[in-house]
Amino acid sequence: MLKTRVIPCMLYNGMHIVKTIKFGEMRTLGNPVQFAKVYDSRNVDELVFIDLAATEENRKSDLETVRKLMLECFMPVTIGGGIKNIQDITNLLKIGADKVCINTAAIENPGFITEAAKKFGSQCIVISIDAKKIGKDHYVFKNRGRTNIGKVALDWAKEIEQLGAGEIFLTSIDQDGTMGGYDLKLVKEVASAVKIPVIACGGAGKVQDIIDVVKIGKAHAASLASMFHYSGHTANSIKERMDKAGIAVRIL
Amino acid sequence: MTTSLKKVVIVDYKMGNVASVKKAFEKLGARVKISSTKNDIGSAQYIVLPGVGAFGEGISNLKKLGLIDILSKSVLKKRVPFLGICIGMQLLADTGYEFGKHDGLGWIKGETIKLKSTNLPHIGWNNIKTKSNKLFSDLPDNNFYFVHSYFLKPADKSIVTSTCNYDQVFSSSIQKDNIFATQFHPEKSQLAGLKVLDNFLSYTHAKN
Repeated sequence: MLKTRVIPCMLYNGMHIVKTIKFGEMRTLGNPVQFAKVYDSRNVDELVFIDLAATEENRKSDLETVRKLMLECFMPVTIGGGIKNIQDITNLLKIGADKVCINTAAIENPGFITEAAKKFGSQCIVISIDAKKIGKDHYVFKNRGRTNIGKVALDWAKEIEQLGAGEIFLTSIDQDGTMGGYDLKLVKEVASAVKIPVIACGGAGKVQDIIDVVKIGKAHAASLASMFHYSGHTANSIKERMDKAGIAVRIL
Repeated sequence: MTTSLKKVVIVDYKMGNVASVKKAFEKLGARVKISSTKNDIGSAQYIVLPGVGAFGEGISNLKKLGLIDILSKSVLKKRVPFLGICIGMQLLADTGYEFGKHDGLGWIKGETIKLKSTNLPHIGWNNIKTKSNKLFSDLPDNNFYFVHSYFLKPADKSIVTSTCNYDQVFSSSIQKDNIFATQFHPEKSQLAGLKVLDNFLSYTHAKN
């Protein structure tokens, strides 16, 4: 049986691992390679590493850092940030990335999703959606939560599935860094509308939040950062509780 | 670790990233060369055929690089231990049916066909049911990482060393003499995966 994944999300600002709150203030946490080493030793199911400043600083992924980080990882790794063209993806896959995560380039040129999926296979192409609640709908934002692109998350999710995306990395801007629980309504809306896996991110503060986002939100995977950074939880301690709640997980 | 100074050649035939496979074998203390030359393959102590991608493209790349004869000679005649991973397992079949019908390497009687599962590709961690096999001795866990839509269905079921269930039960690994193959990615399967690779490196073919 396919397992529900628990995925640490590493946000990188070009120098350090950071953690944001509602996409705002950044708190510096440390060295990405050290983080990767710890996560690998704890047997996490997968890692997501996103250079959140690459696009706005108009630079490419920091390949040297990604390469060093990959040396520590014996699990699947998704790399995001600053990806604009096929060559950017090739460069990341060459140094061992399994999937790439694309946000701005997919919004500005949706055809790029199809081009990338055809070239590398859908399984390799993760599209991230940053969504924020306005009124009763969730809208998609770009530029790290600053610009509303005028599309509802649910519609954009269906569109990117059609275009060939293999997975959706869905972050609630409102819940990011709050540790107040996932936006279950957002996750459920999106996960019920598409067949491809949805990784929910933003808001996990306790194990029950993760159980809820899988059971109620229908997420295929839960991504979290603050809980790993600021609480005593490890992937295994979380998954032991998920297992008791009847969710199929991989426990080592 | 049992593997110091073992020389592994990873066949580079432009089918997805091989960096992870190299890194995993190096972690086990092996000397690894990524290569697409006949010389390297001809003198390899262990041969690994990894990769992600489509069947037809895989075979056609091996042909273009002129590697099929040297691979067959090393694996079938010299009996060099061989490990096929993912598409490297699928290519062993007589025939593959991804984007049309293609001839495979034909080292294993059988066909590479599409999974009947609802959601494809089959991607993520899934548990396998193992038979007693060299590759699976002392496994710390039986979950492995899969990324695929097709699988090798061998004619001779006795060579199947593990099965996996994803809406349907399929062969997730095989062994025939010195030929080992896994549909899952040991290089991405952490401790369990490294153990599989370590077990492969401790295999030596009994000379007849």
